[in-house]
Amino acid sequence: MGEPAGSARPFILLSPALGAITFLLIVPVFFVLVYSFWLRSSVGAEIPGFHLDNWREVIGDAFYRHILFSTLRIGAITTVLCALLGYVPAYFIAMSKTRHRTLLLLLLILPFWISYIIRTMSWINILGVSGAVNQVLMALGLVSEPVQMLYNEATVILGLVHFLLPFMVLNVYVSLDAIDPNLADASRSLGATDFQTFREVTLPLSLPGLAAGGLLCFVLAAGTYITPLVLGGPRDAMFANLVFEAIITQLNWPLGSALSIVLLLVLGSIVTVYNRLVGLGQIAKSFG
Amino acid sequence: MSGWFFIRLYTIGVYLFMFLPVGVVVLLSFNSSQFGSFPMEGLSLRWFVELWNNDAIIRAFRVSLLLGALAAVISTALGVLAALALVRYRFRGKNAITTLLIAPILIPEVVLAVALLLFLRWLSLPRSFVLLLLGHVIFTLPFVLLVVQARLVAIRREYEEAALSLGAGPVQTFFAVTLPLLMPAVFAGMIFAFTVSFDDITGTMFWKPGGVETVPTQIFAMLRNSISPEINALGTVMIAMTVALPVLGMAVARWMAARRG
Repeated sequence: MGEPAGSARPFILLSPALGAITFLLIVPVFFVLVYSFWLRSSVGAEIPGFHLDNWREVIGDAFYRHILFSTLRIGAITTVLCALLGYVPAYFIAMSKTRHRTLLLLLLILPFWISYIIRTMSWINILGVSGAVNQVLMALGLVSEPVQMLYNEATVILGLVHFLLPFMVLNVYVSLDAIDPNLADASRSLGATDFQTFREVTLPLSLPGLAAGGLLCFVLAAGTYITPLVLGGPRDAMFANLVFEAIITQLNWPLGSALSIVLLLVLGSIVTVYNRLVGLGQIAKSFG
Repeated sequence: MSGWFFIRLYTIGVYLFMFLPVGVVVLLSFNSSQFGSFPMEGLSLRWFVELWNNDAIIRAFRVSLLLGALAAVISTALGVLAALALVRYRFRGKNAITTLLIAPILIPEVVLAVALLLFLRWLSLPRSFVLLLLGHVIFTLPFVLLVVQARLVAIRREYEEAALSLGAGPVQTFFAVTLPLLMPAVFAGMIFAFTVSFDDITGTMFWKPGGVETVPTQIFAMLRNSISPEINALGTVMIAMTVALPVLGMAVARWMAARRG
């Protein structure tokens, strides 16, 4: 099927999109790499050239390494929590035989559409000094003064899990839904218990979806700076906050460029490893 | 069936976790108290009235709507053409090109934002609405491409081949056969792109010119002070919009599919 190979037509169709990606993404990323070797003079002007100063600072300074590790840690904890919280509902919807399956699925996709910043700030209403939890605690007489629960690493992770959970649920659901129900029936008819069937048949077959959801959760969590700004304290900056700080606040473009390249390399290598092991096609299935 | 009972309970718990904070935002937006927090003193619409009279917010809404609409139209046009090429033709390097086209969602958005900003700065172009628009087009393109591609695979080629064999040209075939069949996907892609653009804050904080705010950056700026009841009201409006839009989109897509029979 399809046109004979070698036709120019597909490339004509692709050229607007490829042109946009090339000039607005590929070439600019190359510029970031070049800029990371420039210097910023004390008066704020940039000095072109091949200087390793930014790189020496970014790689050598324990501060940046510390933030990079805590960013990866936050990303990993978020991913594990999303997997633990997300697998069961996805399993429930995929296996349930109720008429309301479509409604449940719709509810599941709904949080995707609710604004990220609104969902993030909504936790201030819950955990803030005059938030719901403190009101309840005070009404019950358990505490006499409001407890400060916000603005730490735990609330950053909480906000990220709340933001990213739908990605996990949807990816796991897609892979569970694609499993032939006859396989589980066959396993049971051969004498396996429900739990054995889950462990030996369903779970292994849903691993690609779990991996796809995990990748999205990890990469999106480790690349954020908004959640730490809203729900974190001054000491909970993540790596992307350093980029934002360098570029927008300090206007130190060369340093911001070097930091961007580090973030790109770290998260990019994770995507590459995933692509080798699972393949990016798994993520595309969620859009079907 | 105690295992299934546990699963059901767990699922209800997760749904509560997802929706409770959002529900509290909606609830508090109707609180007549002058602080944006508990306790509820009474029901009132005063914060929605204040919202309507807040010029900064109305301006931000206008920017967001225009930006989202333009980004959606442009990225859908680019995405549909690219999806056609990827699904309907055989050529070398298809996998590499697909990866390239979905690269904007694979690389961290912060890096995307820095790269585009830096490049335009190097070209001596200041931050502007156009930069914001270009950024949003790049960022929404992969979503449109994935949505349209998934639908296009499901549309049988025989229809197009019939048109071609009856003497229609490729362009005529596209407009008379492929596009009408693809319309629900085009529509879905456009709504998807609009919502992604309307919701974006990560890139927008880098790209927006001074003095220009979109709705998310406006909310972010308002959070700097303290959580005011207006933010809850704005959140409620956003939730109503972003929930109504896909539901509306699905209804239209279904209607279009039903009308075709």
